[in-house]
Amino acid sequence: MDRAQVDERIRGLIAPFNKKGVTIADATTFAGDLEFDSLTVMDFVAAIEDEFDIIISMNQQAEIENYGQLVDAVCKLKGD
Amino acid sequence: MTDAASKTDLFSKFDPLIQQREALLASGLEDPFNLVMEKVLSPTRAICNGRDTILLGTYNYMGMTFDPDVIRAGKDALENFGAGTTGSRVLNGTYQGHREVEEALKDFYAMDHAMVFSTGYQANLGIISTIAGKDDYIVLDIDSHASIWDGCALGNAQVVPFKHNDIDAMEKRLRRIPEGAGKLVVLEGVYSMLGDIAPLKKMIAVAKKYDAMVLVDEAHSMGFIGPNGRGVAEEQGVLDHVDFVIGTFSKSVGTVGGFCVSNHPKFEIMRLVCRPYVFTASLPPSVVATAATSIRKLMTGADKRAHLWENSRTLHAGLKALGFDLGTEAPQSAIIAVIMPDLERGAAMWEALLHEGLYVNLARPPATPANMTLLRCSLCAEHSADQVQAILGMFERAGKAVGII
Repeated sequence: MDRAQVDERIRGLIAPFNKKGVTIADATTFAGDLEFDSLTVMDFVAAIEDEFDIIISMNQQAEIENYGQLVDAVCKLKGD
Repeated sequence: MTDAASKTDLFSKFDPLIQQREALLASGLEDPFNLVMEKVLSPTRAICNGRDTILLGTYNYMGMTFDPDVIRAGKDALENFGAGTTGSRVLNGTYQGHREVEEALKDFYAMDHAMVFSTGYQANLGIISTIAGKDDYIVLDIDSHASIWDGCALGNAQVVPFKHNDIDAMEKRLRRIPEGAGKLVVLEGVYSMLGDIAPLKKMIAVAKKYDAMVLVDEAHSMGFIGPNGRGVAEEQGVLDHVDFVIGTFSKSVGTVGGFCVSNHPKFEIMRLVCRPYVFTASLPPSVVATAATSIRKLMTGADKRAHLWENSRTLHAGLKALGFDLGTEAPQSAIIAVIMPDLERGAAMWEALLHEGLYVNLARPPATPANMTLLRCSLCAEHSADQVQAILGMFERAGKAVGII
């Protein structure tokens, strides 16, 4: 799976969590731009983990602040 | 303070909380987080901010705080061993009483090893951060207590939370953990915010299927859940599959301190490697003496247990009949959480109850799940049936005055 495919699938998953309809770019931040609280983060991460059959531990989540970093992290986890 | 200094004030991150608090208190409300008990009359009554008050938010489930045998044991130890140990358990801080309370715990749980910490918080902090190392995985319920989260934060393990009490979500995460990695599943018997219990039988079976070790925090069940009061795991018949039970002396036992009991053959090494155990002073002699006496009395507290459950059922049914929204459909523990519509009305209700002469805990985010504001009631075996009826009357009057029912 290449980065574009991962990006497309994550875009599909993020829609129900993107309540304000923020335009998603690589630099879009989860805490700032999307205003995700801890519960939303948990549900969103669970959706991605189920879609890609991966684990994104909280330690890894701490390194992910924006959308582009998330796509890169999923690509890396799928590649490992 | 100069302007330059205020720009880099480390406290500026707390400004939103300071403002929220000031706004709440500006309405003339008594500060819910600054209550003083001037006099404690019994496990269920105190003079709070000048008023004779029924205590319904102390986790003093078995009412052991004023037990005559417990008090006597504490006085004797204070006289004979002094006010404090002034030292670590591994240096000069292990007295006869520390051994005796660990023996009492081993007998209470019928387990091989018991290790006593200075608080329950430190027990979780120490055990979790020490046994789960780098490259190990901790799989835990998202509604876990702060001491569990802080134990995860203190260690280096990979931390993987799952949705509260969701067995499938837990299994999915266990299944995805790389082969060969160490796994620790952390659960609680009773979750203290809503007073709900965990389906430990099913969850522990899943954990064992994936070869995980299991730690269960039974802080809110000791003394009255399970045939011997050993907790929810005992009640559900799976205590033998729990690798580590964490508990506290600050609830049913009626004093302060924390512990871990285990049958792991290598458990004793924890005393040398667990930093929150090593690098702090041990409990005072009077505290371990009261704890040991209380624990041994809890082994034979069947009548008190039955009365506590009766209180829990009566209060739950009564509050439900009055129209309050409760944390659980049926009473599952000695905690009954009354869900408030928002923080403002929750705080107003808390104050109205205090004026009626009732103390409950006001719990609010981030301590609560789903950003709820809760009035958390914890019952005591020493609450009389009349007191429970009086409590229901207070809830009715306060609820109507504040407009919640």
